[in-house]
Amino acid sequence: MPKLNPRHRFDTYVVGSANRLAVTAAKAVAESPGAVYNPLFIYAGSGLGKTHLLMAIGHHALTVSPQLAVEYLTLDEFIESFNAAIAAGQGEAYRRRYAEVGLLLVDDVQFLTHRREMQAELLRLTSTMLSSGRQIVLSSDRAPHEIEALDERLIQRFAGGLVIDIAAPDYETRVAILNRQAEERNCQFDPSVIETVASMGISSIRELIGAFNRLIAYQAVSPAPLSSTEARVLLGKTMSTGLRQASGLAQAPPGAAAPESSSAPPPPPAPAPSPASTGGDEFGSFLTEISSAVARQVEAWRGRVAEAVLRWQGEGYRTTRLEHLLDEDTPVDPDAILRDYEEDVERLRRLEAEAQELDAQIAGTPLFRDPDRVEEAGAEVTRVRDGLSPPPGPAPIWQLSAFVESAGTRMALHAAHSVLMQPGSQYNPLLIVGGSGVGKTHLLHAIGNVLAGRSGEIIACLRAPDLVEELIKAIDQDQVTRWRARYRRVTALLLDDVHLLAGRDRTQEELFWLYNHLAETGRQMIFTSTVPPGELAGIEPRLRTRLEAGLVVELPAPDREVRQAIVDRMLTEKLGAPDAELAAYLAGRPVETVRALQGLVQRVIAAAEAANQRPTVGLGRELLEGNPAAPARRTSQNRTSGLLSPTGGLRSREKVVWDWPDVADRLIEDLR
Amino acid sequence: MSLVNFSSREITCKIVYYGPGRSGKTSNLQYIYGRVPDARRGRMVSLATQTDRTLFFDFLPIDLGIISGFTTRFQLYTVPGQVYYNATRKLVLQGADGVVFVADSQARRLDDNLESLQNLQANLLAQAVDVRNFPLVMQYNKQDLPADLILTPENLDDALNFRGYRSFSGDALRGAGVFETLKGISELVLKRLAAAGPGAS
Repeated sequence: MPKLNPRHRFDTYVVGSANRLAVTAAKAVAESPGAVYNPLFIYAGSGLGKTHLLMAIGHHALTVSPQLAVEYLTLDEFIESFNAAIAAGQGEAYRRRYAEVGLLLVDDVQFLTHRREMQAELLRLTSTMLSSGRQIVLSSDRAPHEIEALDERLIQRFAGGLVIDIAAPDYETRVAILNRQAEERNCQFDPSVIETVASMGISSIRELIGAFNRLIAYQAVSPAPLSSTEARVLLGKTMSTGLRQASGLAQAPPGAAAPESSSAPPPPPAPAPSPASTGGDEFGSFLTEISSAVARQVEAWRGRVAEAVLRWQGEGYRTTRLEHLLDEDTPVDPDAILRDYEEDVERLRRLEAEAQELDAQIAGTPLFRDPDRVEEAGAEVTRVRDGLSPPPGPAPIWQLSAFVESAGTRMALHAAHSVLMQPGSQYNPLLIVGGSGVGKTHLLHAIGNVLAGRSGEIIACLRAPDLVEELIKAIDQDQVTRWRARYRRVTALLLDDVHLLAGRDRTQEELFWLYNHLAETGRQMIFTSTVPPGELAGIEPRLRTRLEAGLVVELPAPDREVRQAIVDRMLTEKLGAPDAELAAYLAGRPVETVRALQGLVQRVIAAAEAANQRPTVGLGRELLEGNPAAPARRTSQNRTSGLLSPTGGLRSREKVVWDWPDVADRLIEDLR
Repeated sequence: MSLVNFSSREITCKIVYYGPGRSGKTSNLQYIYGRVPDARRGRMVSLATQTDRTLFFDFLPIDLGIISGFTTRFQLYTVPGQVYYNATRKLVLQGADGVVFVADSQARRLDDNLESLQNLQANLLAQAVDVRNFPLVMQYNKQDLPADLILTPENLDDALNFRGYRSFSGDALRGAGVFETLKGISELVLKRLAAAGPGAS
């Protein structure tokens, strides 16, 4: 069965003037694959619904003819499986795999750029499919002629069918999309709120839904119904025009603003008449009758075995066991042998899928194609699995119970709890935005800790620079496949400081594929960033739009309520009972971050310890506001540890020169 | 020839359209050719004289794809109807799995039909084929002609079909009865599979 997202159907696709032509063509193709518009090439900017349309074709075609073999894959998967097949010496089997596919849906073909071998393979496959009347549908974020270094023959082949674009949705379509989202999520909004969101000029549907998710999350924690003004303020914070310009239709080629003015060639003439209308179905009915006659006459068990041999050979499996069966005159129980064989194949498939996640190179070996060696394959996967270290997990010091809830953090906490209730399906991904030191990392790790406490969960929780570093190391050691496998098996990916991936193109590309993999398999992703997605500089649009496809929540600077709770807790931990006056004084200090506040409290406690007294407001004030007689040395607000100086300030041991060189030595040094 | 090859999992049926000259055998094949999708048919080989009569034979291979795990192919042949090409007819008839006898329904061609039918039986007998059990169907072609020119299927059955083969009315030019005839003979041919079993040849 193709891995089609069940939600991506025609009836969930909102049709507007921007995509009507594409949807009409897609429906025509789904109704009679191979008969009209073959190949069909759909292109559109990021987040405009290409994948949805592609999968909708697959669903509809399967509804019309359930026997049709439909295959959906991204170009990346196409390349990976081809490489694995070639590595395993199974090139022919790989090609045979597509021989039975009646409808092939290939997503993201823009990545064909500079991949000559894959272009040749796709050209060959396209030609084979076209000549045998089977349908191929492709999608890309740009028109074929705009894909850099794409083989001219492929461009012509695509142009021979229908090349069609999807423009950004117009206002009415955006309203319709939002209404449908509200309906699906069972949320009530004032029509003016929907209109406000629709009129904000967000062109990418993915962004639009991300923005809407934000409103839903806000509404969930807000006692009063959301007003259009609030919606505008709420979205205005995270949606920047920069993003809107950088993504979506901004990438569409000139002339593609509306389907009517599309640069795509005009559609070919009306669909060819169906065989039935010309009486040509006579052959079809003849074939049906012959098929049943053959089935009746061939010894039933031989027919079943022969069918199984062809099927499994076509899928690249060794069928020695079944072929031996065919040579026998009267086998004891052919059906039991067939069942055993198919169970072994099924087991091999599961093992291969696991091996694919662990190490794609192993997955491509012939071992996984021979049901007689299923035990051996099982042992191999166990060996690889045992050798794979788990990715870095969340730090246990950050717990959700220690995260202070206040008006400012309520929405983020609500989102965190929603994610914990339904990981992977409620808000995926969750992007936590906030300045440095406001508690993003705390919340991220805290969610990770709750998830990690559940059985069978593999949580990857790390900082973006660490991810870059790991990748560099993997590249250096030629272990990229294993590195990918490590992350592909996680049940949740929690990436801190995603903005630090700016300019790290390779890591961004890997994260893009990892994102797609995790999103497809319904696994939760949470990211943190110091800036809203719209202001993420140096991050590719395709990744940026994905970051806000789920929910973007903001963690503001700690308000008085948060500061008070933090100070109380710290003083209680250190002193047993907090000094209310001191706590109120410290909580009232003008700090921007939780980290700075913690620094202040630690300074006061350390100063009191050094003076061998209990910390008091007086001491705090003297330390923090300065003492004219012996002014406290100013230190960074971010310091949370260090040495106490005689004057009460903090100094780092590394910054103090303890052993001065002899002056004479220094002079000689200078003379040299 | 092997009708069913269990080791290579192939079924190949050779069906010969037999009948007097100008009875419409080639028209049958041409109609079928026009209805079979490109991917399913091979090139139709037709060796004809300048006056469009079949000189040697017509050959139309049809690939029915994989049926019950067997790659199934039909090979349709016609023989030249004219009496003087008997050597060719014998050659084409060799290894046939079934025969469609295409009779010309015109009353004036009744003797030609009889002569051709006798010739068919003689040629089959020469190949040691038992005509009583051999898959054969009759097609009474040109039933579209004015009624005063032709014999009815019942009349033709009385005159030609004394062995009680299945018979079909036809208008090969327009296709009436063409596929019915092909289905009829195919079913008979395939029925032999059960009797023959594995290793049949």
